[in-house]
Amino acid sequence: MTTPDTTTTTTGAGPEGTGGRSRRAWLREHSELGVGVLLLALGVLVLTDALTMDVEIAQRGPIGPKTVPVAVGVGLLVVAVLLAVDVLRGGRGEAEGGEDIDLSEPADWRTVLLLAGVFLATAVLIEPVGFPIAGALLFWGSAYALGSRHLDRDPLIAAGLSVVTYEVFNNLLGVPLPGGPLMGVL
Amino acid sequence: MDAFNSLMDGFGTALTPVNLLWAAVGVLLGTAIGVLPGIGPAMAVALLLPVTYGLEPTGAFIMFAGIYYGAMFGGSTTSILLNTPGESAAVVAAMEGHPMAKAGRGAQALAAAAIGHFAGGMIGTLLLVALAPTVADLAVDIGAPDYFAIMVLAFIAVTSVLGSSRIRGLASLLIGLTIGLVGLDQMTGQQRLTFGSLQLADGIDVVIVAVGLFAIGEALWVAAHLRRGDAEAIPVGRPWLGGADVRRTWKSWLRGPFIGFPFGAIPAGGAEIPTFLSYVTEKRLSRHKDEWGKGAIEGVAGPESAASASAAGTLVSMLTLGLPTTAVAAVMLAAFQQYGIQPGPLLFEREPDLVWGLIASLFVGMVLLLALNLPLAPVWAKLLRIPRPYLYAGILFFAAVGAYAVGGEPVDLVILLVIGLIGFGMRRYGLPILPAVIGVILGPNAEQQLRRALQISDGSVGGLVDTPFSLTVYGLIVLIVAWPLVKKALARVRRRGVDVEA
Repeated sequence: MTTPDTTTTTTGAGPEGTGGRSRRAWLREHSELGVGVLLLALGVLVLTDALTMDVEIAQRGPIGPKTVPVAVGVGLLVVAVLLAVDVLRGGRGEAEGGEDIDLSEPADWRTVLLLAGVFLATAVLIEPVGFPIAGALLFWGSAYALGSRHLDRDPLIAAGLSVVTYEVFNNLLGVPLPGGPLMGVL
Repeated sequence: MDAFNSLMDGFGTALTPVNLLWAAVGVLLGTAIGVLPGIGPAMAVALLLPVTYGLEPTGAFIMFAGIYYGAMFGGSTTSILLNTPGESAAVVAAMEGHPMAKAGRGAQALAAAAIGHFAGGMIGTLLLVALAPTVADLAVDIGAPDYFAIMVLAFIAVTSVLGSSRIRGLASLLIGLTIGLVGLDQMTGQQRLTFGSLQLADGIDVVIVAVGLFAIGEALWVAAHLRRGDAEAIPVGRPWLGGADVRRTWKSWLRGPFIGFPFGAIPAGGAEIPTFLSYVTEKRLSRHKDEWGKGAIEGVAGPESAASASAAGTLVSMLTLGLPTTAVAAVMLAAFQQYGIQPGPLLFEREPDLVWGLIASLFVGMVLLLALNLPLAPVWAKLLRIPRPYLYAGILFFAAVGAYAVGGEPVDLVILLVIGLIGFGMRRYGLPILPAVIGVILGPNAEQQLRRALQISDGSVGGLVDTPFSLTVYGLIVLIVAWPLVKKALARVRRRGVDVEA
């Protein structure tokens, strides 16, 4: 059931220090408890939604729209508790490895936040400025966040990729994407 | 001979110039994307879904089949030349393939893999032709309780067989089921988990969930841990095999499918187990035991053939029962649902053109793959040098295109990002991705079948287990759930036996 501690990402556990520091180390070591908390919260949310549901609508069949959400909600609560018990008994989820993944370094949160920001900006921009521009910004922004600093090459690749994708999807494959003012001019 | 005639009709569909073109495009795109490091077949298929939106279903699925086989083949190229398998099924290919490449026999390793894929795919697809109509016939009378049982089996199998922790598998499944609940209840129109939002009332599209978990989640996860300084790919020439190599490998090519196919058809984690079994089998049967670990060509040929055949086995369960046994099959099932087609026993009756066209195009795709991949291997190898920022920026870019193409709503991009962040967290804490995807895809369907079954039985729970089929399936489920306990008990008994002897 439990995996032995195989993660290398939880590197923070330094030498035993003052009370405050050791508590922080303990929390970092057991950060997976947060997953349990989130599952618990999700379970409560699903259960609240299910139980406040107003099933006046003619219910067909013996079980209505409430039953399955209640079951899922209860399941989430049970799993949250089981997971917490597992973590406290030393079980750890193994962080996923991969071709380009180096788990020996601590997580680079700045890059992740930058990427999420660029992605959100795309969601906001795609309708007003159109896909070719928003897509190019998405690609360039992401590449920049990931460490590419070729200011001559990157914008060109981004623009080329975006325009070609737009043309291929919109005109060749019949999947409409917003052209925006740029395509109106061209 | 009925299947044979249908298959011939299928070739009629698959060999039209347009469909041939889609098959070729699919194979090329699939291989190119599969070769790219970090992209496995499931992500490749999810990212390429929007490409098929504008096509009619037959063309779309023919292209899909090409993408699937192409991506699997591409993955083994990455393993051999870079020694960094992107997905579990390609791990075995790296074990013997990479030492071969380092010893200057990369061309032979690639050829053994390519021909292994061809042989495995051919034999696997022949088995599919022989078996699928029979399975569909047997299953054609199954009703709501049986469907529900199959789906419960899928849920239990993906949470118990895959990954190292059942609790984490179950957590992932429940996250998926929760996402599947969002929207209007299909039977009563009751809003669930929509919080009054119109956008959420339509439910969260399966494609957005799949792309979010597989593509965005992966890109963000890699971004947080990006390896500085890329692994060096070994340059390679045109693949070829000498007579001595062929004499060593032909039996491995033929053995692989019979290990791979059955495992593909059952929910046991796709190609992971059979490739490993094939590796062990070949090692035991090999006359060159001293070469193992240093680049034994049988260790590439057998497992690759098994992997390819397991993909065909996967299609048997997916097409005849609507049961996805791998992540790729789950995404393909989502694609079927996009077209309003429900895979299952009736599919062969209702959509014969589509199914047989798809199966025939598998043969066509395999021939195309072999014809394209042998000469193109050096080109594919160049793709391994793509700078990582471009690669992951490209993944985010195409994920955005796909999510936007689903409904033309910018808010879908926000939902995509949120699901991607969930995928990120799941990778960080070792929650497997597949159970969540299966939960989203099968959850709503399972609920409907459950309610239908209980409607028929007038609310009696006995109505869920009153057919031999459903009883058999529940028996299997009990076995899967109890297996670790049984194994522990067996080990204890054996240990005790040894103690007594001693």
